[in-house]
Amino acid sequence: MAKISVNGKVEDIEIDASTPLLWVIREQLGLTGTKYSCGIGVCGSCTVHIDGRAVRSCTIPVGSIKPSQKITTIEGLSSDGSHPLQKAWNQLDVPQCGYCQPGMIMSAAALLKDKPAPSDADIDSNITNICRCGTFNRVRQGIHLAAKINKDGGQDV
Amino acid sequence: MSDQTVDISRRKFLIGTASAGVGLSLGLYLPLGKAQLNADAAVPEVNAWVVIQPDDTVIIRIARSEMGQGTLTGLAQMVAEELECDWSKVTTEYPTPGESLARNRVWGSFSTGGSQGIRGSHQYVREAGAAARIMLIEAAAEIWEVAAGECTVASGVITHNPSGRSTTYGKVATAAADGIPPLDVKLKDPKDWKLIGQPVKRLDTFDKLTGKQVFGTDLNLSGMLNAAIKACPVFGGTVKSFDDSVAIKMPGIKAVVEVEDNAVAVVAENWWQAKTALDKVQINWDLGPNAKLDSAAIDDMLNEGLTANEAFTGNRAGNAQKAIEASAKVIEATYAYPYQNHAPMEPMNATARWTQQHCEVWCPTQNGEAALQAAAEAAQLPAEKCEVYKIHLGGGFGRRGAFHDFVKQAVAIAKQLPGTPVKLLWTREEDMQHGHYHPITKARLVGGLDENGELTGLNIRISGQSILAAVNPNWMQNGVDMFVFQGLMPDGDHAISYSIPNLLVEHAMRNPPVPPGFWRGVNVNQNAIYMESFIDELAHAAGKDPLEFRRKLMADQPRSLAVLNAVAEKAEWGKPAAEGVYRGLAVCKAFASYVAACAEVSIDQHGILKVHRIVAATDPGYAVNPQQIEAQVEGSFVFGLSALLYGECTLKNGAVEQDNFHNYPSMLMSEMPKVDVIVMPSGGFWGGIGEPTIAVAAPAVLNAIFAATGKRIRSFPLKHSDLRKA
Repeated sequence: MAKISVNGKVEDIEIDASTPLLWVIREQLGLTGTKYSCGIGVCGSCTVHIDGRAVRSCTIPVGSIKPSQKITTIEGLSSDGSHPLQKAWNQLDVPQCGYCQPGMIMSAAALLKDKPAPSDADIDSNITNICRCGTFNRVRQGIHLAAKINKDGGQDV
Repeated sequence: MSDQTVDISRRKFLIGTASAGVGLSLGLYLPLGKAQLNADAAVPEVNAWVVIQPDDTVIIRIARSEMGQGTLTGLAQMVAEELECDWSKVTTEYPTPGESLARNRVWGSFSTGGSQGIRGSHQYVREAGAAARIMLIEAAAEIWEVAAGECTVASGVITHNPSGRSTTYGKVATAAADGIPPLDVKLKDPKDWKLIGQPVKRLDTFDKLTGKQVFGTDLNLSGMLNAAIKACPVFGGTVKSFDDSVAIKMPGIKAVVEVEDNAVAVVAENWWQAKTALDKVQINWDLGPNAKLDSAAIDDMLNEGLTANEAFTGNRAGNAQKAIEASAKVIEATYAYPYQNHAPMEPMNATARWTQQHCEVWCPTQNGEAALQAAAEAAQLPAEKCEVYKIHLGGGFGRRGAFHDFVKQAVAIAKQLPGTPVKLLWTREEDMQHGHYHPITKARLVGGLDENGELTGLNIRISGQSILAAVNPNWMQNGVDMFVFQGLMPDGDHAISYSIPNLLVEHAMRNPPVPPGFWRGVNVNQNAIYMESFIDELAHAAGKDPLEFRRKLMADQPRSLAVLNAVAEKAEWGKPAAEGVYRGLAVCKAFASYVAACAEVSIDQHGILKVHRIVAATDPGYAVNPQQIEAQVEGSFVFGLSALLYGECTLKNGAVEQDNFHNYPSMLMSEMPKVDVIVMPSGGFWGGIGEPTIAVAAPAVLNAIFAATGKRIRSFPLKHSDLRKA
């Protein structure tokens, strides 16, 4: 039995320590917003936060995570789609198929935490998620818009 | 259930109407079988497409699949336009393929490919909306005992103008459902459209932002088990035997089963257990006849076709050979296009529950009806005893339309565990190695120029794979696969953009034993590269400006010319670009739409390509939702340029060598150009949106690379090319 903290809740899990965090999140905790796509940490669909930092959960053995570390998934970003990124995404109709978008949003959320007003170059170097539908330009606009929403005190623009 | 609430006399009436051949095209049948739709069965179905709840919520049924392309919203817009309902109260639902079967295909085709979603169903979905509107107004008029002609409707509120009385759709929907479907409906003149043509927001965005959207991979049913699978990596190979003695003892494992004759699956409580145990199963393969197949052998096969005597003709005008022989200058080039994987972000998956009486499948599919057929076949049950529940797709791109191998496998596994739902999920590796690949072709192009640099004759010899021969042989005409000529045909949805006096386009069909498939854009992807690169080669050989050279051949192609002119103007073709930036053009007609692009690129001293901007123009005839067209055009550049930069599946020992995104990369944010989209609908026809622009993505960039470096790249992907200046 091990303990992990996900979206502010401490969860008891009984599982092989080598199981990737992704599959603990999806199959043990039933939080399916975090997606499986490549399984080798390349595409970013499985991106979650550990202590506010974006990580690719498909390559992190759950046994390597300390109970004190705080994991946030897309479900924990906001309970009602009120995070500035979700507002911006909604306003700009960013997703197409939507499968990569939870990972995309979690990557962007970590970037905004680090750099509240990221430049295009910051976005290029931090958002390395694959999107086969090709939403990149709206993702970029969405990050800039979310930064503006943040700056304007959470008001929509 | 609604079949119990339908009164018999009315059902008889509708059957009578149907036999007159009216109801079918309008989708006006009542449920004759059991209703299994999500909508509350007690809620009145005005017709097959329109259900209106007492609170005025309008449920529009969508038969095509949503996979990111926005069709769900566009189709709803078209029904709502004629229905005159309140758009803010519109929701959608998928009818099931089983329901369609029970109701004589009342919703028409479920197939979502070939950029057909809108253009293939615009007529009957608008008619369904109009018919429902008429019935709703008539119901209100009957209640008020007034003439329907005295009533008008706006945003779902019906008003009797002489008396000023009004009511809403929700209040009269039950009565309308009992009304008589109109025999004839008149659609609005496009100039009167209020909703079609508006950049309304998608109806399916919000759940995609919160993780709530359920994809096939996310499905969870009570008592469900999970399966991981490994099929023989060599095409045509089979399972000889397997040793599961280690795997079966691992935690959570319920069964290790052979699937069809070429795969082994592990079924477990959860998927990670299944996948881990599958890695411990020792499988002894019979590698079959293709065990030695490699890319070099396929290349030899295609090279032979380039000069073979026999070939099918796809387009002929005048006498190309004679014209080329008589020309002052002959230009010749050979191009090659590789195998590519669809690689949607969501790997293949399906969930199945099988009993001797019934089989149910939940899956992301581009064609619910084809999924139902695949399920029935694998279940060995009549289709009437099977059902498919569609789920939004995490990408399709053609992989989930013509092929339901993943459905058949899921059913084959579930059959070995009767009554238990089993979710089969492929690994990315399985997905990469068991695709239905973009077909491989080469093309040899020979063009003749006269003394004035005018094109006198052109011969295009394509050698390579036919999709239809492998997938839909019954669509072939006397052994010819006309799809091979997309973008180069004499007329139709995929007509060549130029009038060339002496032209011969041929295909030497060479079919390597690698399964081909329809891949977003299909055969215009490579044909537009061949044509648009070579036209550029001819222009340069003639010493002419590539825009002027094209224009001269496009006098009879006004719509193609218009999109080309639009991008040239917006990109300021002819004026100098920023220092170090070079431009390239491409134009194509595909899926009945006219598209063009102008790419602006630079290449640094190390040969690193940067695509700065692409100006793209699209004339789809009618633009249902311009902001979604923009999204599709932008996305098409990601798909087309990912293919150009990185897309390649090679064969070694009968198997695809690439197995994940590290060796089959896709474009990233940092490589994404700015895209300026010009949507310029000229009216009078319906063209597709999801695919056409892919055709011009690669050639526009290739022509810009030539402008920058003097290097003409003729084999792909670009990752193999040295782009440093010649």
